[in-house]
Amino acid sequence: MSARVAVLVFPGTNCELDVAAAAERLGGASDLVFHTETSLRGADAVVVPGGFAHGDYLRTGALARFSPVMAAVAEHAAAGGPLVGICNGFQILTEAGLLPGALQKNAGLKFLCQTVTCRVTSTGSVLTKQAELGSELRLPINHFEGAYICDQATLDELRAEDRVVLRYADNPNGSLDDIAGIANQAGNVVGLMPHPERASDPLLGSDDGVVLLASLLGAAADRAVAA
Amino acid sequence: MNAARSEGGDEGDRYHRRVRYEARIEVTHLPGVLDPQGATVERALPALGYSGVTDVRIGKCIRLVVEAPDREAARSQVESMCERLLANPVIEAYDLELTELVPTG
Repeated sequence: MSARVAVLVFPGTNCELDVAAAAERLGGASDLVFHTETSLRGADAVVVPGGFAHGDYLRTGALARFSPVMAAVAEHAAAGGPLVGICNGFQILTEAGLLPGALQKNAGLKFLCQTVTCRVTSTGSVLTKQAELGSELRLPINHFEGAYICDQATLDELRAEDRVVLRYADNPNGSLDDIAGIANQAGNVVGLMPHPERASDPLLGSDDGVVLLASLLGAAADRAVAA
Repeated sequence: MNAARSEGGDEGDRYHRRVRYEARIEVTHLPGVLDPQGATVERALPALGYSGVTDVRIGKCIRLVVEAPDREAARSQVESMCERLLANPVIEAYDLELTELVPTG
């Protein structure tokens, strides 16, 4: 049985079909789950895709946190279920308190839409498990609020616990410590600004994101077997 | 000052009085947090001939009206809103001003 991935859809989400298509191309089964739902329908993994949930009103991700589905997401994460937030999804997970820190406006005050090089700096997460430590991935970014920030104590903790999973080779947005992606303590919750689903086929210009999504599907499959 | 508090028709109001307060909430970046908008405006001002301008910080202002039994209750409600939603304590600070609204007419 293939791993089932719930892809959340908020009003304003716009990357859900890309994520679903990429997951299916890699052998997973995807299920779009609307934000008003209260169940993840038995999904093995959850992806919070990119876009502009609730119009980015107030702050990016601030309102999505109160959507009914988020209680089920928090429960899934607390039970060790794989959960990945991509771009706006990352912003939502920080606002929901599932990951530390926050995402701020890019240092150059420009909306960035480009392909960047990211280095895998930890393989201790569900998203980077199958990647090679130190390998470089060409991944697209597409954001205005992508500069990661947290207090010094949190940064020290992230470093000491090996929770910075991806770093920009050439920091495009002023992100603290070149951070492109982080994980929670257990490694089952990951947030990243780059879009691996947009680099999941050579036709898209890069398939460097496949190793990340394959890691996630692998973690989801392990969970499906265990369940 | 207490005009609003004694307003209202029926007997129960004396025990369940509700006063309307306008809250003005200023949300700003915490000190030390990068404020690229403020920095950009600070760089732009000298181009218009305003020299010697420093420490430009850009935040947002939120106004809302809240009903509560008294000022303390109103303040604690709005503070809770700020901490849970209106500001993100990781990167933002907030400042709160309450004004009692006296019904007119």
